[in-house]
Amino acid sequence: MKIHEYQAKAVLASFGVAVPRGTLATTPEEARVAAQGLGGSVWVVKAQVHAGGRGKGGGIKVAKSLDEVRDKAAAVIGMTLVTPQTGPEGRLVRKVYIEEGLAIARELYIAMVMDRETRTIVLMASTEGGMEIEEVAAHTPERIHKEFIDFQVGIQPFHVRNTCTALGLTGVAAKRAATFLPALYKAFVDKDASLAEINPMVVTADGDLLALDAKVNFDDNALFRHPDIAALRDTDEEDPLEVRATAHDLNYIKLSGDIGNLVNGAGLAMATMDTIQHFGGSPANFLDVGGSADRARVKAAFEIILSDNPKAILVNIFGGIMKCDVIAEGVVAAARDVGLTVPLVVRLQGTNRDAGREILAKSGLRITPVESMREAAEAVVRASRGE
Amino acid sequence: MSIYVNEHTRVVVQGITGGAGSYHARQMVAYGTKVVAGVTPGKGGTKVDEIPVFDSVRQAVKETGADASCIFVPAPYCKDAILEAVDAGVKLVVCITEGVPVLDMLAVKPLVDRAGVRLIGPNCPGLISPAGRCKIGILPASIHQPGHIGVVSRSGTLTYEAVAQLTELGLGQSTAVGIGGDPIAGTGFIEVLQAFQDDPDTEAVVLIGEIGGSAEEKAAAFVKSHMTKPVIAFIAGRTAPPGRRMGHAGAIISGGEGTAESKIRVLKDCGIEVADTPADIGATLAGRIGWKR
Repeated sequence: MKIHEYQAKAVLASFGVAVPRGTLATTPEEARVAAQGLGGSVWVVKAQVHAGGRGKGGGIKVAKSLDEVRDKAAAVIGMTLVTPQTGPEGRLVRKVYIEEGLAIARELYIAMVMDRETRTIVLMASTEGGMEIEEVAAHTPERIHKEFIDFQVGIQPFHVRNTCTALGLTGVAAKRAATFLPALYKAFVDKDASLAEINPMVVTADGDLLALDAKVNFDDNALFRHPDIAALRDTDEEDPLEVRATAHDLNYIKLSGDIGNLVNGAGLAMATMDTIQHFGGSPANFLDVGGSADRARVKAAFEIILSDNPKAILVNIFGGIMKCDVIAEGVVAAARDVGLTVPLVVRLQGTNRDAGREILAKSGLRITPVESMREAAEAVVRASRGE
Repeated sequence: MSIYVNEHTRVVVQGITGGAGSYHARQMVAYGTKVVAGVTPGKGGTKVDEIPVFDSVRQAVKETGADASCIFVPAPYCKDAILEAVDAGVKLVVCITEGVPVLDMLAVKPLVDRAGVRLIGPNCPGLISPAGRCKIGILPASIHQPGHIGVVSRSGTLTYEAVAQLTELGLGQSTAVGIGGDPIAGTGFIEVLQAFQDDPDTEAVVLIGEIGGSAEEKAAAFVKSHMTKPVIAFIAGRTAPPGRRMGHAGAIISGGEGTAESKIRVLKDCGIEVADTPADIGATLAGRIGWKR
């Protein structure tokens, strides 16, 4: 799960990670009042959306007076922010974070992420703060310093010392790092984060160390033990269809093609998309209906797929736990309930296959039954072209 | 012959009184698996059909000699369930449950390894040895038949797809193992490949991978340097968009790594034939070993 910068900073601050002072605002006037409350003479107006690269898209602005804060907030709130991570459609900005301006001496990069190869938590550090780390990794990988932290033991002082050496942090800044990095690590493990990225972590003119930006993602599977984190979910930032799918326990991801598909199992769903593309089609979605779908869930899945206006739909089920006759009943009921008009290609294999096929045949619906995955893909690609 | 399980394997089902646990315990028994015990804390002394239920895995092992466990308990309790099975001296633990937190697995994995226990999963369909009539997990038994092909896969239903194609071609399986789609898996490709290489009854192997991580790349290098038996592969997720988690927690392309293209390239570089589509998995293996029915 993703959260906003202002939320991430609040979570990290509660563990003792130093962050600049800031206040959330949803209107220009609120922004001006927020800046006034923070005091000082320079403020930063930061668009709050779940996407990086906000500065490049004009979503982060510096203001030198309270009126300027208000005007810049007015420009940012309501704008459709396009960044390299939002895609061309951009993201509507609904709120801004007003932060105190800092006298920045250096911008550094810090991140923590679970490394599946070494089964450790990796602390990554780079002097290339503010850059996209993927670019640094691609062009100058030697500038990314890594410490591998054993989860059983946790972060040790030597990890911090090595990181300070790599970043050239000495004196006050090194002392601050000895608090900052263990606090970040504790936040990561205590809250089941999957990524904590501080880009940049800044050194101020006074040698202070602060998280100027913060991106924290969480392990969805662990949200059950973090109701405080789960409450930070902002469904405005998610695709409405994906929100609806989640409510029905469906694994759905919207794609750009025109062939809808409904599959059981994530691997088979990916493979089905691949096969459609192999035969010249383009999938409109990834949808894993899960292992225990009933009629209601199949119907919900159909409604979601139809919202993408596909030209044809492929149902590909390999019955294991899931029985083909149950799926067939769900498909027939859903097709009737939603008044399905687009061509439907159905492949049923595995448990109770024959019973399922009979239900489809007797339904009187315009369904193309197929045997193999190849046939399924070929048939649905043809159907999508109106052949 | 087979790997990890055989006709002597004695299984305890943790979470046997739950919906999935009881259903699949019965399916396993129907297939021929020796399900000797169930465990649900607080339900000790009861029975599921003829299977005695115990309060703890330790009791179940003591009373029934169970040497393998199959876990169906809800994800928040899997860490506890796996460690309980390890503590009780079970040598094989198969965790079917999906949605186990990654940090729970980070905590569990070193303890499992230290105890010398073979953990398969979590978030996996389990494994099956058709010749030994032993199935631990949720794989549909009817599509399997005894034979000499080893199957190892990160995906559930895609495994069934591959197995069904093999059976259709008359190619039975020595063992099919679903290792699960999570970032931290108890058992990886390489361990299963080594076991298949050492198993005299396995003649060739189908490896099914997906996007995310670099397990397939490492498996490819292992095949090249350590295996004499033929291996073919399929990788799911060529069309998956970067940065999106495709159902499985581990199936995500991040920072340009873990793409299907890069995996397929490495597999091919290591001399492993890769099926173009999932529909070609069976035929690709048949071609590789010169099988004609």
